[in-house]
Amino acid sequence: MDSVYRKGNKGGKKKSSEKRKNMISSYLYIAPFFIIFGVIGLYPALFSFYLAFQSWNGLGDMSFVGLNNFRIVLEDPLFWKSLYNTIIIGLIGTAPQIVIGIILAILLNVAFLRFRSFFRVTIFMPYITSMVAVALIFSVIFSNHESSLANYVLGLFGMEPVSWATSEWGTKIAISVMVFWRWVGYNTIIYLAGIQSIPNDVYEAATIDGANKFQQVIHITLPLLKPFIILTVFFSTVGALQLFSEPTVFLGAAAFTRDEAMTVVMYLYRDAFRLQSFGTASATAIILLIIIVIFAAINTYVASGRLSKKKGRG
Amino acid sequence: MNETASKRKFSMNKLFVYMFLSLASLLSLFPFYWMFVMATQTSSAYNSIPPTIAPGNLLVENFQKVLNQIDFFGALWTSFVLCSIVTLVVLFISSLAGFAFAKFYFPAKNVLFITILLTMIIPPQLGLIPQYFLIANAGLLDTLAGVMILFFLNPLGIFLMRQYIGDSVPDELIEAAKLDGCSNFKIYRSIVLPIILPAFATLGIIVFTAVWGEFLWQFTILRDPDNYTIQVALASLRNTVNVDFGMILSGVFWATMPLIIIFLLFNRLFISSIAEGSVK
Repeated sequence: MDSVYRKGNKGGKKKSSEKRKNMISSYLYIAPFFIIFGVIGLYPALFSFYLAFQSWNGLGDMSFVGLNNFRIVLEDPLFWKSLYNTIIIGLIGTAPQIVIGIILAILLNVAFLRFRSFFRVTIFMPYITSMVAVALIFSVIFSNHESSLANYVLGLFGMEPVSWATSEWGTKIAISVMVFWRWVGYNTIIYLAGIQSIPNDVYEAATIDGANKFQQVIHITLPLLKPFIILTVFFSTVGALQLFSEPTVFLGAAAFTRDEAMTVVMYLYRDAFRLQSFGTASATAIILLIIIVIFAAINTYVASGRLSKKKGRG
Repeated sequence: MNETASKRKFSMNKLFVYMFLSLASLLSLFPFYWMFVMATQTSSAYNSIPPTIAPGNLLVENFQKVLNQIDFFGALWTSFVLCSIVTLVVLFISSLAGFAFAKFYFPAKNVLFITILLTMIIPPQLGLIPQYFLIANAGLLDTLAGVMILFFLNPLGIFLMRQYIGDSVPDELIEAAKLDGCSNFKIYRSIVLPIILPAFATLGIIVFTAVWGEFLWQFTILRDPDNYTIQVALASLRNTVNVDFGMILSGVFWATMPLIIIFLLFNRLFISSIAEGSVK
């Protein structure tokens, strides 16, 4: 890039003042982002690190407590329960999304399909509903009452009704279902965009070589879809670890007093805004950050590793 | 013989594809239908066995109960104002920065751009508590301004705008305008802006829907029911002691209907926006 400026300077006085003008304009144009980021992004993030080592109730003086906040959080069974809940709900809610999303995207792309845009629109539609609305709709479908829709369907299969809003697994499954329902169409659209970016002649060549449709999916579509799959795995992981709205709204008034569906962010929120323990809440935020980084790295690594193995075999 | 066998297999495939997609569509749409059914029923209807599956006639009555509980239209308006202002501000900030990154050379350009991309990986909860005190100390707690400031930060917008301006605004046009003595900002306003209007639609939809549906931050900052956005107001319906699901889903129905209509009118734009926003 240096050479550009040198060239500019050689070009004469007029050119160099033009360059300077462009430079000043550029910095002015990107300044708003950096100012806003500094104030409401970077400063709060750094302050979280500071706060994590203080004991503070939000009003009085802070006092430095070293790693004590981390110790309190890590020794709190409720924190581990919330982490366990978050991971379970995240797994049940998002892992099937990836598989079903890929199948839906492949089917939406088959050549003979009629009503293509109808299917695409209906499958995507849950995404436009807000998470609060989804949680409210599903709190009716998954109510404790033995005649709630979910229990009625279970009854058709001869199963006992479940207390969806109060039992250990009922809450987790109900929340996972709403997460799945809202996001599966979103993933489908991303995979569809990915599939459509694969050039047609790759498939034509495979057809000439005698590969059937299924072999083409395994050896062409999936490997070439890899970057899109990694992307959705990354987003799903990060999103799942940040779960808050669905359980909070689903459980309503009981949300912060029950532990069946308390997620890490709910634990953090409860510490800060219900118990006024801002130091431990900040420590939780930092622990969450570390967990997100670790999980995202592992998932992305697994997603890329698994699929490239498949590609290698082909 | 061979031909008919392959033909039969082909139509089996077809059948499978249509059945799978139809089932997926049905499962996607059903909760919407259920929302409508419950919004029109008495609260006792959801206790009946088997569950009532036909709509009742209480659509207006249930909504009347919602209006007694929350300031529904006020909250809807608050959300609309919040999302509109945030969207306009983000479009302005992103397009200016995107213009600079796409068309100018300046020291540390690449480092700054990568920095912007890196800010995307900071999880929003990390700053939640300091952000709360920042807003509180600025006296903006329980105000719309306090809510919207957080959403002004949108690195994805700069990324999309840089991409689009780089691809679709010809360098020659900018050079020509410069020879005519246009200032950089005038070039932005009269040349870049008209060209990037389609990208504004894309980014606008992404930002508007994201802010519309966000909950944690709005829930943290807004305390007085008079200031609630629609998400916080809807969530507050769930906190009543005697949960009246007919009433709750009527609120959800009336809050979701406008969204569904807008989506059905512009679904192509919506779907391509989301695909573009997440993939690029």
